[in-house]
Amino acid sequence: MSIAKPLPHDAAKLHVTGAARYVDDIPTSRDCLHLAFGLAPIAKGRITAMNLDAVKRSPGVVAVLTADDLPFANDVSPSIHDEPLLSDGTVHYPGQPVFLVAATSHRAARVAARKGDVTYAEEEALLTVDQALMADSRFEDGPRIYEKGDAAAAIGAAPHVIDGKFDLGGQEHFYLEGQAALAFPQEGGDVLVHSSTQHPTEIQHKVAEAIGAPMHAVRVETRRMGGGFGGKESQGNALAVSCAIIATLTGRPAKMRYDRDDDMTVTGKRHPFKISYRAGFDDDGKLLGVDFLHLVNCGWAQDLSLPVADRAMLHADNAYLIPAIRIESHRLKTNLQSFTAYRGFGGPQGVVGIERVMDHIAHDLGLDPIELRRRNYYAAPDQAGADNTTPYGQKVEDFELHEMTAQLLDSSDYAARKAEIADWNAGQDRFARGIGFSPVKFGISFTLTHLNQAGALVHVYQDGSVHLNHGGTEMGQGLFQKVAQVAASRFGIPLEKVKITATDTAKVPNTSATAASSGSDLNGMAVKAACDTIRDRMADHLAQRYQTEPAKVRFEDGNVHIGDEVISFDEAASLAYQGRISLSATGFYKTPKLEWDRINGQGRPFFYFAYGAAITEVVVDRLTGENRILRADILHDAGASLNPALDIGQVEGAYVQGAGWLTTEELVWDGKGALRTHAPSTYKIPACSDRPDVFNVALYDGQNREDTIYRSKAVGEPPFMLGISAWLAQSNAVSSFGDAFPAMDAPGTAEEVWRAIRRVRDGV
Amino acid sequence: MTITFLLNGERVELEDVSPTATLLDWLREDRGLTGTKEGCNEGDCGACTVMVTDPDGAKALNACILFLPQLHGKAVRTIEGAAGPKGELHPAQQAMIDLHGSQCGFCTPGFVMSMVASHANGATDHDTQLAGNLCRCTGYAPIIRAAQATEKVAVPTWVQEDRSFILPEKLRGEAESRGVEPPANVQIPQTADELAETYARHPDATLVAGATDVGLWVTKQLRDLDPVIFLAGCDDLKTIDVTDSEIRLGAMAHMNAVRQVIEPLHPSYGEMIRRYASVQVRNAATIGGNIANGSPIGDNPPALIALDATLHLRHGDTRRSMPIEDFFVDYGKQDRAPGEFVDQITIPRQEDNLKVYKLSKRFDQDISAVLGAFNITVKNGTVTAARIAFGGMAAIPKRATHVESALIGQPWSETSINAAMTAFDQDFTPLTDMRASAEYRLETARNLLMRYFIEHSGDTASVLEVSS
Repeated sequence: MSIAKPLPHDAAKLHVTGAARYVDDIPTSRDCLHLAFGLAPIAKGRITAMNLDAVKRSPGVVAVLTADDLPFANDVSPSIHDEPLLSDGTVHYPGQPVFLVAATSHRAARVAARKGDVTYAEEEALLTVDQALMADSRFEDGPRIYEKGDAAAAIGAAPHVIDGKFDLGGQEHFYLEGQAALAFPQEGGDVLVHSSTQHPTEIQHKVAEAIGAPMHAVRVETRRMGGGFGGKESQGNALAVSCAIIATLTGRPAKMRYDRDDDMTVTGKRHPFKISYRAGFDDDGKLLGVDFLHLVNCGWAQDLSLPVADRAMLHADNAYLIPAIRIESHRLKTNLQSFTAYRGFGGPQGVVGIERVMDHIAHDLGLDPIELRRRNYYAAPDQAGADNTTPYGQKVEDFELHEMTAQLLDSSDYAARKAEIADWNAGQDRFARGIGFSPVKFGISFTLTHLNQAGALVHVYQDGSVHLNHGGTEMGQGLFQKVAQVAASRFGIPLEKVKITATDTAKVPNTSATAASSGSDLNGMAVKAACDTIRDRMADHLAQRYQTEPAKVRFEDGNVHIGDEVISFDEAASLAYQGRISLSATGFYKTPKLEWDRINGQGRPFFYFAYGAAITEVVVDRLTGENRILRADILHDAGASLNPALDIGQVEGAYVQGAGWLTTEELVWDGKGALRTHAPSTYKIPACSDRPDVFNVALYDGQNREDTIYRSKAVGEPPFMLGISAWLAQSNAVSSFGDAFPAMDAPGTAEEVWRAIRRVRDGV
Repeated sequence: MTITFLLNGERVELEDVSPTATLLDWLREDRGLTGTKEGCNEGDCGACTVMVTDPDGAKALNACILFLPQLHGKAVRTIEGAAGPKGELHPAQQAMIDLHGSQCGFCTPGFVMSMVASHANGATDHDTQLAGNLCRCTGYAPIIRAAQATEKVAVPTWVQEDRSFILPEKLRGEAESRGVEPPANVQIPQTADELAETYARHPDATLVAGATDVGLWVTKQLRDLDPVIFLAGCDDLKTIDVTDSEIRLGAMAHMNAVRQVIEPLHPSYGEMIRRYASVQVRNAATIGGNIANGSPIGDNPPALIALDATLHLRHGDTRRSMPIEDFFVDYGKQDRAPGEFVDQITIPRQEDNLKVYKLSKRFDQDISAVLGAFNITVKNGTVTAARIAFGGMAAIPKRATHVESALIGQPWSETSINAAMTAFDQDFTPLTDMRASAEYRLETARNLLMRYFIEHSGDTASVLEVSS
């Protein structure tokens, strides 16, 4: 069995030798065209005149297109057709594509794209959620409200009440490979598109609309992405559509990749939130009622903002049983990039909200923040009383955090370190160390229920080698390897016999995005189904041939055991082929038990929950606000891990990415809405030395209580929220400089930490 | 123009090279070697890292802002050449596989090449060696484990051979003997004298030293450089001398070389250089370039001002010198005539009282929001001299003369420091930008004086020195 083995990433050797091929590495013919967008420099307004003569005359330019030149649909939106590929005459954010250049080189296209002479009539832009709320500029008719009990009454009657609000910044994905697509024209107007996308079917769909063809005329292939993190769920549409249009118009291959500055300027990011809270609790810190207001900056187009904002609401409880809660969420439309999917998909913002509340309460009551949290946890499965339901009515039946927290407190030596830190802080006024704890309970399933399906296609060749294909995409998370481990295990063959192949809309149709952490849950099950179909056919045939029962045919150790006979899998495949048995099968899976009403916020949106907990220690400098992570201890629940090495890799990487979001990663827009942090020189993701000096990461020894693939759990997004503990630790450190609650905004940059210390220590 | 260099052990001769063709574009587009990746095209992510060996040794460099003419006579090794001739993996490659150092794999070739270079040099300060390589997937821990795992493994022969393969004089000699003349708009002087003569004739030329700044004019502003003078051949401008009276830095000394000389003499300045950009950038960037471009956020000028350095300029055969702070006239304006270039910098030898404090959003490889350099002499409890300069606080690197005056002659006490801290607003009116607010800049600049005082008394100076 290759299941549960800590095998390397399937492409590790290709990665380290530079042989792994990404979209921009695919060989093309000399006549390939290279594309670039001319971008609008203003946040809002109308185009009053456009002279593109200089663009057309620029060396190497072959074609220049505006919206009027597009043959069919001018739309790249994944949701409500509100996102034109090229401006329809109106401009909605700085960086919006206005015209498209096709030229003989990447550089020629970029040079030409800057030569547009476009005149705009500027209008007043909405840049903040407060401005948008005031102007009633929003998606959906009004706020969504999810409620359990009567929060206002519960808070009103509570012995203690706190309230507060804070800004929670967005986040640039900073996938190392920028957005890229390459289209090859095919006979009869068909097109083959290579796209760095998490969602090949969406690319296929949007390309088909744009070239006026049925989806069957478009084939999309994705071997791998150089990072996705949600940023390639919908943001690749514009490039793939552009390439397909140019390829079909000119009959030449067309490639588009954004320069990094363009990528950061044009594409969406994690949604910035403004969160207000009011919470009532008793003397022991038990929550009685909580009221949240989420002001969600959605940017200019709807994109995936509604389910993102929903998921933030669905994680406003995080790990805590809250008797009465009300969450009001406004999805506000502004003149910034269209904020989009990003690892956690709104969940992290929801979790930050309640974790802030917990720390605020602990500070107010002088209680240990972890003890306070444990008092408010959902009940463990064997302890669950009458009410163990979420604000949206789903019963929590798999709550693992009581045991996990106990283990983590022990392994991290929390109590002793907390005391030592308090002593250290008391001895000086210059530095302070702080410790933060954040648990996570993350709901697994797409909240748009119909997306919870997956398909697979498996072939066994007559030599016993296996071709594996499914709808999931590989962005570095190791999905292909995990799923290959499933296939190898079903056939009882070594992993080397399984060929992993590129995601291809011609092999598995109508796929969902590889998102919502669902990749291995859905595709693993679909592949299992396909493998089992073939296995059953082989077993039937071999049982008949060897005069035994199909139930007595076993596939293991590279062999097939048929009653008392043993033949190699290769021989079994050959025999099956000669016996005219189909050795190709599709597999399909849909997640059971789901039922969800998103308007009323009631039902069971999630099949199960994944859990984790982290303790982070930081140090801050009063004089400058400089700060850094000294140590992190993490225990994460991946169920019965399909591959512990890959899962630990996800946890480590997610933690650092989550901590980056809340510390050094600051998006800054100027007063005109232009993004000032549009390159790695100004937008600072964690570097090597920003990881914790001491970094202890372990997987919880458990298994999924629901029937998932080998009882594993999804692992892509949940550990991202462990990074929240870094921000809480900053706040904890800051609080040692005075009596007031630090009330920090996020991210906790050096400047934000410095401001918080000033507030707490000097009342400034 | 003809360029000759070794690529993965094989000799390459290129005719008619555009002066602003980058190694990255050439590798990927002309040579079909797509293992080297473009992540940012500005030298900030390291995905395009290659190893370049020249007589000074093996260096990691960013191929995206490395122009082909800069490679003349050197040996280039890309990810395709990291493994041996029979496909045997480099120890760093094997460790990256075994220890799960790659996820999406896009940054991986750059990491591997940084590791190949640092391994060849026997470096084990991995956080510093890899500060110029960004990874968004792994959180770095497994990559560091891989780097550690290679420490004791021998440098593979094929990597060592780059050094013996390389025959820079021979390669250069051949190019010259065949009478290859660069086009008129591109000059590659081989000595400072030649440079002086050439630049005086072409005062409108762009000087390209390490191209860590000018490279972005090409890759981001999409400018064509014409005419251009490459300084890579001027070995005599790279000279570093330390005598009893002064430290003499040739303008073309790259920042890693400067770091090696400065670190033992002025450790705080050395530590600042460790955090200045990344290994790849410091291997290319020159001290002269960091001064000559006149940036208000260049990190060297404040330190050099605090050290009372002298700047030496040259125009043809005419030389002149000035206190370095006088070079910076106003934003974008320096006291440099057309055709005049930075020749060298001299720093008087002195007792080390210098502290250089760099504030930025991220510790490594970040441009400073505030850079403060303090050189304060205290004798018998009294401040006898003070030279204090800042970057990021004004349109130019600027001395804090009012603060200096407020300190000189005063007792070295917290009271004096507090009094001097009030003088900062007479010296500086900083701006708000994406790196920091004006308020943060001014207030922390004051606090850095207090930090100097605290550090002077022997207490911990930085969060970088604190551990769990």
